[in-house]
Amino acid sequence: MKMFSGVPKINFMAQRKTGLWVSTIATVVSILLVLFRGLNFGIDFTGGVLVEVHYPQAVELDAVRTDLAKIDYENPVVQFFGTSEDVLIRLPPAEETNSAKVSTAIIDALKTSEPKVELRRIEFVGPQVGDELTRDGSLALLLAFIGIMVYIALRFEWKFSVGAVAALIHDAIMVLGFLSLTQIEFDLTTVAAILALIGYSNNETIVIFDRVRENLLGLRRMEILEVVNLSVNQTLLRSVITHLTTLLVLSSLLLVGGKSVHSFASALFVGVVVATYSSIYVSTGLAVVLGISREDLLPPEKTEVDELP
Amino acid sequence: MQPYPLWKTLTLVFVTLLGLLYALPNIYGQAPAVQVSTISGDGLPANFSEIAKAALTKAQLEAETSHAESQRWVLRFSKPEDQLRAADTLKRALGSSYIVALATDAKTPAWLLAMGAKPMSLGLDLRGGVHFLLEVDIADAKKAAAQRYVTDLPNFLRKESIRYTGRRQEGEATVLDFADATTREAARKAITREFPELLLDVPTEASTLTARLSEVEVKRIVDFAVGQNLTTLRNRVNQLGVAEPLVQRQGVNRIVVQLPAVQDTTRVKDLLGATATLEYRAVEDSGPAAESAAASGIVPPGADLFYTRDGNRPVLLKKDIIAAGVNLIDATATVDENGGPAVSVKLDGPGGKRMFAFTEKSVGKPMAVLFKETVVTTNYSADGVPLREKRNVEEIISIATIQGVFGNQFRTTGLEGKEAQNLSVLLKAGALAAPVEIVEERTVGPSLGADNIQKGFTAALLGLGLVSLFMLIYYKMFGLFAIAALVLNLVLVVAVLSLLGAALTVPGIAGIVLHMGIAVDANVLIYERIREELRNGVKPHEAIQHGYDRAFLTIADANVTVLIGTVMLFALGAGPVKGFAITLAIGILTSQFTAIVGSRALAQLAFGRKMRMKDLPIW
Repeated sequence: MKMFSGVPKINFMAQRKTGLWVSTIATVVSILLVLFRGLNFGIDFTGGVLVEVHYPQAVELDAVRTDLAKIDYENPVVQFFGTSEDVLIRLPPAEETNSAKVSTAIIDALKTSEPKVELRRIEFVGPQVGDELTRDGSLALLLAFIGIMVYIALRFEWKFSVGAVAALIHDAIMVLGFLSLTQIEFDLTTVAAILALIGYSNNETIVIFDRVRENLLGLRRMEILEVVNLSVNQTLLRSVITHLTTLLVLSSLLLVGGKSVHSFASALFVGVVVATYSSIYVSTGLAVVLGISREDLLPPEKTEVDELP
Repeated sequence: MQPYPLWKTLTLVFVTLLGLLYALPNIYGQAPAVQVSTISGDGLPANFSEIAKAALTKAQLEAETSHAESQRWVLRFSKPEDQLRAADTLKRALGSSYIVALATDAKTPAWLLAMGAKPMSLGLDLRGGVHFLLEVDIADAKKAAAQRYVTDLPNFLRKESIRYTGRRQEGEATVLDFADATTREAARKAITREFPELLLDVPTEASTLTARLSEVEVKRIVDFAVGQNLTTLRNRVNQLGVAEPLVQRQGVNRIVVQLPAVQDTTRVKDLLGATATLEYRAVEDSGPAAESAAASGIVPPGADLFYTRDGNRPVLLKKDIIAAGVNLIDATATVDENGGPAVSVKLDGPGGKRMFAFTEKSVGKPMAVLFKETVVTTNYSADGVPLREKRNVEEIISIATIQGVFGNQFRTTGLEGKEAQNLSVLLKAGALAAPVEIVEERTVGPSLGADNIQKGFTAALLGLGLVSLFMLIYYKMFGLFAIAALVLNLVLVVAVLSLLGAALTVPGIAGIVLHMGIAVDANVLIYERIREELRNGVKPHEAIQHGYDRAFLTIADANVTVLIGTVMLFALGAGPVKGFAITLAIGILTSQFTAIVGSRALAQLAFGRKMRMKDLPIW
């Protein structure tokens, strides 16, 4: 297939400032969304009880609510889960909702009107566990950022490192903004998705940086901006193709993977799309704005300097 | 082109064969089986296979195969109906000292098992089952321990004739007032000698003494509270008759209970919530009088009839309780002066006082420990229908002769072998348990588990299909190499997972699916580089060489950063999410090998000998 065979000659760096602006605005919007609209936290973080049941035939949600009214717990949320035979019941955490009793009471109440109702899943997370999961999840994200920053700083140079981490934070915030906008449930697997994403998105950045380094050292006459542009163009096809294959596997998860991986797959899907853009404009763009130079990447030549009179 | 080093090709062949070998057990599937073990956790009797066979033959059943597996015996059946009938038969034939559980047995051939190959284990979200996280309330245990000293210390000082002028409790510390510093010093010395577990603080400005529990002591109390609950939970779980249950301490004061394939969570919760206690009582008679009471059913006034746990002998116990589970602070297996097994017991103040009063006038007489517990048992009606009932079990776990007068600390000696260990475990189980609370529950019904497997499998296949199709169309022949590398990588991931014994979970499957997308990235990177070189007029063989050489470090760099994220996830993630981190990490590590060495060896095989190529089938 030779349709994209030549190296494209798109002047990405000409719009680097515009790119950074667009990113800044999108980031601010995402932050505002998360702050004011909030995330739809799953019970992993909020604590509470979740019961999924399967009815042998389609059921009316009101009938389920009537059954539940008998046991008198506050504010049960009742919704369909995929089909009109699968029902999800959630209870917010409360003093008296100890899992052992609540889930049993729910099942018993539902069985009064339909004895054949089948229990699919019970999840109960006590408030103390919810707090810990939140803390550990945030800590994992923070440490991953730091770890990646240190690694890139060691392998490249601090300006690259700043650019790379800015891109990661950008991608993570965009995904959070998307989750806030769509109100897709934010649970432990979503944290896993974000952690995988920052590793993945960084992958993109590294491929470009590697090429920038190679070209900077190889093409000594070329202007920095041209070198960066050339590098982005040279790696562009590879980026597009890699994202395509990743999006292919993610779509298969979205299409047939079932509800339990839905939030995971959709968060990653959006993240991968955003990562393509951020690896060019945020990480590379920022590194250029910070003023990467050929000297930054050359091995230090101290001895020569010392010998000068 | 330089010839590809032979050792690399050989390594590839070797790794491929090894991967196939260890991934192989996963294709044989599972057969219904029955698992038998003893309640006590001891090994099965040597002639167990004959006993089981005889029982089954009577019911006209025959196990397909049967073999010992650590402390269990596994009998495999061809049909689930046979499995159910066999389980019922064995339960009835073997009695209550055995656990008979329904299980599945992997149909892995013996030659594979002999090489340590086994199929992947499935997480609870794939096979169904319950997961509980219980938290032991150690704050209460600590407080109770601290409170004891408010009475114990003054009592002790009185006995030592050291005068104190006041006592009070401040938080978890006991504060004593003294008239002067000299008395306080005397008290400090005496207390240090008698209560080495306390940390004493003597401020210079006042003649008070503050006693608090040392860290070692606090740790001991916590360990005791958790250990006690662990023992009780294990006993209870054993009664459930579940194959491969897991009861494990997690962190300081948490206990994980995982019961695969259990659906009746109500029953589990009832069982986990049940309590055990114990009573120290004087023995009225363990000879003819007890025999006749057992035979006639007429129990003399002031006594109760019980049976011993070992041997089921009748014993009459006095109605008065000397000390109960509430009074028991610690029970540990130790050795006595003669090196024989013994159990050292520690009671609290009130318990010790009553024990002292009792032993003072009862030296030479026997004393018994009565263990009381609510047990859920399964009995069978005439037509074989299992009936579950809760009943109170009350049995005597120890009878010992009182050798001397003692109070809150004493030892039971004259035990044999494992008896000391068993008695201390039972005593602990009967002590007032620190309250436990379920802080997390995740139950997955069997139908959802089966659904998850099926969906995960479909998603993986679809993902593989889509990626393969794309690579084939886009990179032609080289796409085929990438697909081969990807398939090899899948085999290696499965092999490593099987070898590690790490459970596969739903997020784990998601990790495998995701890694396929990331793994081909290495090939894309290499192939794009090769195309670029070709475009620049480099000869095909050199283009291949450059493509692989230049891409290696980039791929390694990129993989390391993905690994950083997965390591964090593994270190800090909970349960199922760890499965994602594991599969993704394994996939990335193996892909560094397959995508580079694997696909290159294939390219070499196909084009290594063609000297007059103008182009490569990569476009």
